Amino acid sequence: MASKLIKDYFRTDKLPHIWCPGCGHGILMRSVAQAIDNLGLDKDKVCIVSGIGCSSRAPGYMDFNTLHTTHGRALAFATGVKLARPELEVIVVTGDGDCAAIGGNHLIHAARRNINITTVVFNNNIYGMTGGQYSPTTPTNEFGTTAPYGNIDKPFDIPALAGAAGATYTARGTAYHAKQLTKLVEKGIKNKGFSLIEGISICPTYYGRKNKKGSAVDMMNWLKDNAVDIKVAEKLPKEKLEGKFLIGEFKNTTEPEYTEEYMKIIERFQKER
Amino acid sequence: MKSRKVKLMQGNEACVEGAIAAGMRFYGGYPITPSTEIAEISAVKLPAVGGKFIQMEDEIGGIAAAIGGSLAGLKSMTATSGPGFSLKQENLGYAAIAEIPLVVVNVQRGGPSTGLPTAPAQGDVMQAKWGTHGDHPIIALSPSSVRETFDVTVRAFNLAEKYRTPVVILTDEVVGHMREKIEIPDPSEIEIIDRKKPEVDPENYLPYEVKDGELVPPMAAFGDGYRFHVTGLTHDETGFPSNSSEIAEALLNRLMNKINANLDDILDYEEFMCDDAEIVVFSYGSTARSAKSAVKKLREEGIKVGLFRPITIWPFPEEKVYELSKKVKSIIVAEMNLGQLVLEVERVSKGNCKVSHLGKANGEVITPNEIVSRVKEVL
Amino acid sequence: MSKAIEKKANLQIKRDLCKGCKICVQFCPKDVLTMEGGKVKIKDIEKCIECGLCELRCPDYAIFLGGSEDEE
Repeated sequence: MASKLIKDYFRTDKLPHIWCPGCGHGILMRSVAQAIDNLGLDKDKVCIVSGIGCSSRAPGYMDFNTLHTTHGRALAFATGVKLARPELEVIVVTGDGDCAAIGGNHLIHAARRNINITTVVFNNNIYGMTGGQYSPTTPTNEFGTTAPYGNIDKPFDIPALAGAAGATYTARGTAYHAKQLTKLVEKGIKNKGFSLIEGISICPTYYGRKNKKGSAVDMMNWLKDNAVDIKVAEKLPKEKLEGKFLIGEFKNTTEPEYTEEYMKIIERFQKER
Repeated sequence: MKSRKVKLMQGNEACVEGAIAAGMRFYGGYPITPSTEIAEISAVKLPAVGGKFIQMEDEIGGIAAAIGGSLAGLKSMTATSGPGFSLKQENLGYAAIAEIPLVVVNVQRGGPSTGLPTAPAQGDVMQAKWGTHGDHPIIALSPSSVRETFDVTVRAFNLAEKYRTPVVILTDEVVGHMREKIEIPDPSEIEIIDRKKPEVDPENYLPYEVKDGELVPPMAAFGDGYRFHVTGLTHDETGFPSNSSEIAEALLNRLMNKINANLDDILDYEEFMCDDAEIVVFSYGSTARSAKSAVKKLREEGIKVGLFRPITIWPFPEEKVYELSKKVKSIIVAEMNLGQLVLEVERVSKGNCKVSHLGKANGEVITPNEIVSRVKEVL
Repeated sequence: MSKAIEKKANLQIKRDLCKGCKICVQFCPKDVLTMEGGKVKIKDIEKCIECGLCELRCPDYAIFLGGSEDEE
C-alpha cells in the first residue's frame, strides 16, 4: 500500500529509505518523481544518475534506469549515458558536496557544454553521510564537525555557478515549497540543454543539530520564512531581503545542445555515403 | 573478397583501428602525452561510423563517460598515460565491481608524477593490477608492435565484453609512437565478441544473476526496458546494495573467479626459442623487441637462450612461468622499471631457477646489447 | 452541508514508514493529525479537506490521500 505516485515510480520494496527522520531528501525525491509523472515520461527512457552521499542514495529507490556512481562523478557518467543514447531523459540527483566540491569541475563543464541533462541538487548544507562536516554550501560562521570554530569559507550559490558556466536553465526550490519545486524540475527536464535545480533540503540530524536550528518542523518553518520568490523579491526593497534567500526560476534561455550538435556531425557523414 | 588494407601507421593509430574494428562506438578521454593520438584519431573516425567521441574536462571524467557509454550499450574506450592512469583508478574499480565492459589504454611513460612525458617506461604494470583499492579482477594486455596493438585492442574489447570487466592495454611510448607498415585484416577475419544480452523478460531480469555453471551475468543496456540499478556498493544479484558478509564474499569470489576460471582463454604469450633454452629472457611490450633481437644474436653465437613474452600481463601466466622455471637455469626479467613483474616471476618460480632483473627507468629503452651482456654475465 | 463533509476524506497512513518527524502534523492547515507513540495518527478526519499538503511534505511517503486509482 502506498500512494499512486509512489507505487508507480518507486521500488516500494526498498522503502523505508535510509534517510534520517525529518530529512528533507524524501520530499525532494518525491518532487522529482512527481515532475516525471506530470510530464508523462516513459520510465524505460529515464535514467537517473547519482554520485555519493545522502542525496545519491535516491536512485536506488526510484524505478527507472538508475546509476549510483562514484563521489562527484555523476555528471561525467551521465554525460556518457546521454551522449551514447540521446533519447534517454537523463536526470542527475546529487548533493552540495558531490556536485559543488569533489564534482565541481564536472558541474561547470556539463553546464558549459549545455548537454541535455537535468541536475537536481539536494542541498542540505553539510556532509551528512560522513557525519556533519562543512560543505561548499555551509554558510560562513556556521558549524560542522570540521568547522568547530565556525566555517571560514564562503558558500557557493550553486544555480548562479551553473548559470555562469553556461547552464541554460537554473532554479531553486525548497523542501517546504515542494509544489513549486516540482514545477521547476518539470521545466528543467523540458529545457533542451543543461538544467540545474537546487532543492534546499533540511538536515535536522547534522546541520540542524550543529547549528541549533531546531527540529525538522523548525527547519521547515525557517525555509518558509526565509525563502523569497525571485518575482516577489524584484519588488521588495533591499533591506527586506537581508538574510533571505531567493527561490524560483533564475535563468531560462536557449542555446545549442551538445548531443544535437554532435548528431549533426554524424549526419554529415551519413549524407556523404 | 577479402580486402586487407596495408598502411604505414603508428601504434596509437593501430589501437584506434583495432578498437573500431572491434566495435568501439564510444570514446571518452582527455589529452595526455604520449596517448593523445588515440583521442585525436578516435575524434576523427568515430562519427564516420556513427560513434561518439567526447573530450571530457579531466581524466576522471574520461573514464566515467566511457563507463556511462558502455552502460548505454556502446562498446567504450578511454586512453591515457601515467598521471591520467592514476586519476582513473577509482573508476577502474567501479567498472570492476559493477562489471562494466570497458577498455582502458595506458601508453606508459616515465614516472613517477609528471616524470618523463615523452619517454617510454613500463612502470605502471603493478598499478594496473593494484592501483585501485580493494580486491578486484583485472585483465591487462601488452602489445610489442604496431600490428599487435591492433590485435590486442580487438582482443581487449572481446575480453571486456565476454567477461564484463575493464581491460587495460599496457602499451608504452615506443610502441605507441613507432611506425610500422601493417596489414589490417579484412573485417571477416576479425573475431568479434559482443556482451551477452538477457534472454528473460524485464520482470524476471536480475542484473547480476548468473545461470548455474556460469560466471558472467547477461547485461542489458539502459533504455532497453530493463530498468535495473547499478552501484559501486557491494551488491547482490538484484544489483542493490547489501552489507551482508556472505553476499560480499560471494560477489568477490565470482568476480575473481570469472577471470581465474578462464585463464586458458585469457592468457596469451609468445615463446621464442624456449624449447632448449637454458636461459630465458622474460620481457614484454617494446622491451621484448630488444630481447628478441638479443636472443637472435646470442643464438648465432650458440648460446641457448629464449624469450618468453607475456602478452597477457594480468592475470599473470603463473603456471607457464612455473613450468619454465623448472626447465631453465636462469630467467632474466628485462623491463623498463626498477623491478615490477620480476617480483611475480620470482614468486611463481619458487626458487627453481635463478631470477634476475634487468631494469631501467630513466626514459631510455633497454638495448639488445644490454640484454646480450646480461645473458653472458649469468652464463 | 457540502459533499466533502458527507464523504469522509480518504487519508491513509502507513505507520511502518513513518519516522515521526511531525512535519505533516505541523503543516496540516486543519489540525487533522497528531502524534502517538512517535508516529503520526489521524486525530479528526472530519476536518480533512484533502489538500494533500501532508502527502506533499512527508519525507517518508507514510501519509497520503488514498482514493481509488481510477479517480486520477
